[in-house]
Amino acid sequence: MIVSRTLLLSGALALILAGWTSAASAQDAVEQRGKEVFDYWCDACHGDGPGRPGTAALEALYNGEKPALIEDRDDLLPELTRAFVRDGISVMPFFRKTEISDADLDALAAYLAP
Amino acid sequence: MAVPPGVSERDFDRALREFENAVGEQWVFASDEDVDLYRDAYSIYKGDPEDRTAAAAVAPYTVEEVQAVVRTANRYRIPIYPISTGKNLGYGGSAPNLSGSVVLDLKRMNRILEISERNASVLVEPGVSYFDLYRYIQERGLKLWVDVPDPGWGSLIGNAVDHGGGYTQPQFRNHFDAHCGMEIVLPDGDLLRTGMGALPGSESWQQYKFGAGPWIDGLFSQSNYGVVTKMGFWLMPEPDAYLTGTVHVPKHDDLIPLVDILNFLENTGVVNGMPRLGSMVGGGRLQSEPELQALLARGASTAELEEYAAVAGRGYWSCTVKFYGPEKAIAANWEYAREKFSAIPGATFVDGESYRFPLTAEQIEDITRGQADGTGDSALPDFGVPSLVTFSAGARSETNPNPSSGHVWFSPIIPRSGEAIIEANRVFAEAAGELGLPVAAAGFSLPATYWNRSFMYLYGFPISEDPEANRRTREVFERLVRIAAEHGWGEYRTAPAFQDTVADTYSFNDHALRRFNERLKDAIDPNGIVAAGRYGIWPRHMRGA
Repeated sequence: MIVSRTLLLSGALALILAGWTSAASAQDAVEQRGKEVFDYWCDACHGDGPGRPGTAALEALYNGEKPALIEDRDDLLPELTRAFVRDGISVMPFFRKTEISDADLDALAAYLAP
Repeated sequence: MAVPPGVSERDFDRALREFENAVGEQWVFASDEDVDLYRDAYSIYKGDPEDRTAAAAVAPYTVEEVQAVVRTANRYRIPIYPISTGKNLGYGGSAPNLSGSVVLDLKRMNRILEISERNASVLVEPGVSYFDLYRYIQERGLKLWVDVPDPGWGSLIGNAVDHGGGYTQPQFRNHFDAHCGMEIVLPDGDLLRTGMGALPGSESWQQYKFGAGPWIDGLFSQSNYGVVTKMGFWLMPEPDAYLTGTVHVPKHDDLIPLVDILNFLENTGVVNGMPRLGSMVGGGRLQSEPELQALLARGASTAELEEYAAVAGRGYWSCTVKFYGPEKAIAANWEYAREKFSAIPGATFVDGESYRFPLTAEQIEDITRGQADGTGDSALPDFGVPSLVTFSAGARSETNPNPSSGHVWFSPIIPRSGEAIIEANRVFAEAAGELGLPVAAAGFSLPATYWNRSFMYLYGFPISEDPEANRRTREVFERLVRIAAEHGWGEYRTAPAFQDTVADTYSFNDHALRRFNERLKDAIDPNGIVAAGRYGIWPRHMRGA
């Protein structure tokens, strides 16, 4: 009985772990998708290196107080990412849902979130 | 929810249901939040009640879906407005000419259907961007270049049909010229292929433009006679090498032979890259040389400016020429160009950049840096590399702490001569004075050289968050269009806000061209459903409204 109880417990633990792992991998998959969205849509302006007007603009705006690279930011709440993508700002236009779908925007927001 | 003009709510609702049946419910956008994304991000009507807005948007995935949408639109007389990637910023973005139109968003049609390295050609759908095609080519290691415009996120098809341009060899720089074969969904839903595409079984759709009979492709550019669903383009085979060189000439009037010689070199194919004209005040000198600034501010004479240039050891004008080809051949072409330019007394020469292809990642980074800070002879588009570096000019930076909310381009075509440049400077400086516009260096404004048979000026007007400022800009813009036209200079492309004004200037023989366009419109699209008002072509029932 003791053995089987242990087995039961182990089984329960394994199930919980499996659930945790699948939740974690689901989160990983979302963030992975967010990274892909970033590379496809954002990197040309907000990536690292010369000639990235978004990065240069944020460098001029924050003057070192915050990272100019949005991938290095630790305060980009998902709502903020969503607002900039759907509202645009300055010369950055907003993006339609045929460009960045709501699901892709959620993934991007999760990837950039603290 | 807005309803298209002249359409009942009941019919619009029925049409939306039919659109959903055609493309799937999730690809019909009718909520305010979604429809709002079809405004022009760089609208010169920003903040104004007259800003162009859509009533809905539909995003088909296939040609058959486009046909179904168009047939429904025809049945219910719904005005539709096709866009490709919707990134025609500065020339109208994704917003329709006619508020209340349903935007036909073709972004999802993003397939690269055929690419041939042997024939150096590609067949694409409207949603394919320059970035997309560049990545596709790079991933496959094909030795092909795409001629790209400044922003890489635009559509090959959208850019070509709006007469956009790029930076490599002349036969690729004019993007509509570089196309070969089109597929169009006509306003009644019929499907048309042009050139050799009209011949069933032809394998030369992307090899011969004309087929037999009238060549009608031009009718589907800057117009509203159909929805372009496929286009072929000729691509540039990767050359061996690239070279730049600059000629400086000492006198103001040297501009005339400088341009004439440049024209000869381009028209004979010796110079086969996009040249760049420069002047003694360019390259950031105006900001860094107070003495030069002072000379210009007090309206110094040409002789004084020539003297300043001579003392400073630079030319009054310059021209950077670019060459693609075998290393030995382009070196010889540069030598030949120098000989020709040497006909101008006092001409001096500076060797520029040279590259062998393919470029390394480090070289691409160096070129990017040189483009961003304006110090390089070359920029990424010279090598068919798409980017968004061009927005560095308008985005916030140390030198631009208060960026605008976008821009709209005033872009008149002028003759390809030094005399025309001098005359355009005089006319635009005078107009700037009259209209209260700032002029940084009167007499030194130089045109772009995209088109190898003409020049084109490009003046960007900022978009403001203040509707009153935008209203004033519209007035100034329209006045400039008319002033230019009075001198025989016409816009090559413009945003919907100015398309009626521009179309009005092409008025030979009591607007024969517009009358012809209207006759075509009535015949091809009798219900006037496609892009009503595009480039001044209105359906019969809306003319004069």
